[in-house]
Amino acid sequence: MQTSTSWRSFRTAAWLGWVIESNWTDPFLFAVYSIVKPLSGAAILVIMYGVITQGAYDSALFPYIYLGNAFYIYVGAVMTGVSWAVVDDRELYKTLKYMYIAPINIPIYLLGRGGARFIVGSIAVLITILTGVFFLNVDINLAEVNWGLFFVSLTLGIIMLALIGLMLAGWTLITARHEGFIGEAVAAALYIFSGAVFPLDVLPEWLRPVGYFMPTTYWLELLRRSLVGDVAQAFPTLSQFSNLEILGVMIGLSILFGLVSVWVFKVCDNIARENGMIDRTTNY
Amino acid sequence: MLCPKFITPTQKALDDNHTLNPRQANESPNKILRRKMSASLAIETQDLGRIYKLRGSKKEPRKELVALQDVNLTVAKGELFGLLGPNGAGKTTLIKILTTLLSPTSGWAKVAGADVDREAESVRPRINMVSGGESSGYGLLTVRENLWMFSQFYGVPSKEANERIEALLEMIGMKDRMHTKSSDLSTGLRQKMNIVRGFLTQPEVLFLDEPTLGLDVGAMRDVRKFVLEWLKADKERTLLLTTHYMMEAEELCDRVAIINKGRVLACDTPTALKQRLQKDAIFEIQTSPLNGLSQQMLVDQPEVTQAAIAETETGAKLSLSLVEESALARVINLFTQKDVKVMNLTKREPTLEDVFVDLVGRSMAEEEDHGNTE
Repeated sequence: MQTSTSWRSFRTAAWLGWVIESNWTDPFLFAVYSIVKPLSGAAILVIMYGVITQGAYDSALFPYIYLGNAFYIYVGAVMTGVSWAVVDDRELYKTLKYMYIAPINIPIYLLGRGGARFIVGSIAVLITILTGVFFLNVDINLAEVNWGLFFVSLTLGIIMLALIGLMLAGWTLITARHEGFIGEAVAAALYIFSGAVFPLDVLPEWLRPVGYFMPTTYWLELLRRSLVGDVAQAFPTLSQFSNLEILGVMIGLSILFGLVSVWVFKVCDNIARENGMIDRTTNY
Repeated sequence: MLCPKFITPTQKALDDNHTLNPRQANESPNKILRRKMSASLAIETQDLGRIYKLRGSKKEPRKELVALQDVNLTVAKGELFGLLGPNGAGKTTLIKILTTLLSPTSGWAKVAGADVDREAESVRPRINMVSGGESSGYGLLTVRENLWMFSQFYGVPSKEANERIEALLEMIGMKDRMHTKSSDLSTGLRQKMNIVRGFLTQPEVLFLDEPTLGLDVGAMRDVRKFVLEWLKADKERTLLLTTHYMMEAEELCDRVAIINKGRVLACDTPTALKQRLQKDAIFEIQTSPLNGLSQQMLVDQPEVTQAAIAETETGAKLSLSLVEESALARVINLFTQKDVKVMNLTKREPTLEDVFVDLVGRSMAEEEDHGNTE
């Protein structure tokens, strides 16, 4: 019964999320948006990199930055997507209370909504990487890609991001105003501390432990290593660790963050229920 | 305030006590009675209370707002029970507790036999709720998609859900809008869609919170007819309706609880509630502007038990309860002294509005105004 409730919650929520994500405009405009948005984001980074390094696109730093930035799209999509479902349902559609009284598993429902964002995010990641490979000399040799490591780390990372999103969803539930900015603020902070666009060594020494504690740091490192191998290992931050060691650290931290997230969501859910915040709209 | 039982489940429980199984044989008569009564009840609350802590400025301590206090209600299976009261009376708070959205701060409540706070997961598959006066729903989805999606959350097989959607939309008169995006619906149609959402899952207990709020007269009539037809189809279905429309409560409800400032003031059938005032003669009087004539001046007249005043564009509309019809002469005399002209005068039967005035001392509209200025 529990399994079927969870599956039902996830499946229907993912369907709803996909319809919301893909149906807001006509298919042509949606396709254009899906291509233009990630490319615009990447273009800003590429131009900035070009200006700062005076066009050193052959440097190993470029694929490091480019791939880190590409995969970071998942952080905004999945993690923020899970927590944004609370804002959407409570403030915009005014359906959160009806979800809460339905016989569903609310955390699984929210993860399902994030699932739809994963699909949209995957399209963006794919487009960004293909553009890098075909137009910007990001050298990915398909024969040398460690596919096993890639898919294992990608899957675990997405689950980890979704669980962190659950923690943000709980926080969002008990935040009456400005709740929409929570996901964006956390995603922005992780961007700095996860080595997405620069190695952690660039940070002041006293700030580096924050990055070492983030599972996203190890996740991005594994994705880079699986796709471009030696280039990613050329940077000092985690070069002394093997793939397996980094995977182990990532799994450990993901489990820790996952458990904390589930606990935080439960606590926030209780607070929201006690304070009557499930259906509180601010129209702020 | 204890609410009298509907079709006396107590009696039913006592009549059935020969059906005890051996495990139950050692139970005390009180325990047997309580268990059996609970089995025939759809909703039960005991000393239910809810206090909100309101945050003012950071320097001030949090204020407390008592939204519900010592609410004791029982609603039998198959009953259409009404909660009648002005805005801010505590009706929605009660529904939020009963639907597991809000925790009570004192007392307990059971819906379909399960505690709403401790056994919320047992309650949820058996209930549903519709709130009026809001335009909830996913605007990007069609009416059918919105409804189908909710049915999936309740585990209704897809084919069966589609059949129910068609049948219910037909009943409520919007089958032709099944494939319309809900963002393209008028407020009234969107409200009707939400009403269908509530009924679609065939809940044991359905909560309708001001379901006709903001609807036009025709849509209100459709909704009321729909509610009655749905209840008629299955005798086990229970419906709790909140409203501040007196006519709606009188027309639909088997029993009504009158609630104000978080307290249940009276609870009975509409007929029994009105019989409390049957001894009084009730007059409705339309007058020119009152020129300083106050409600207190009217109540101070001998044999005037209640007076409610509503201002109109041309003057005022008064509702007076008199112990004896002869007291009318004194009221008219008072009008003459204040130079108030009587435009129209009718004697009428008591309504639930009169019951409310009798219990609270003000009409529901006056009470809402009073609440807003507090």
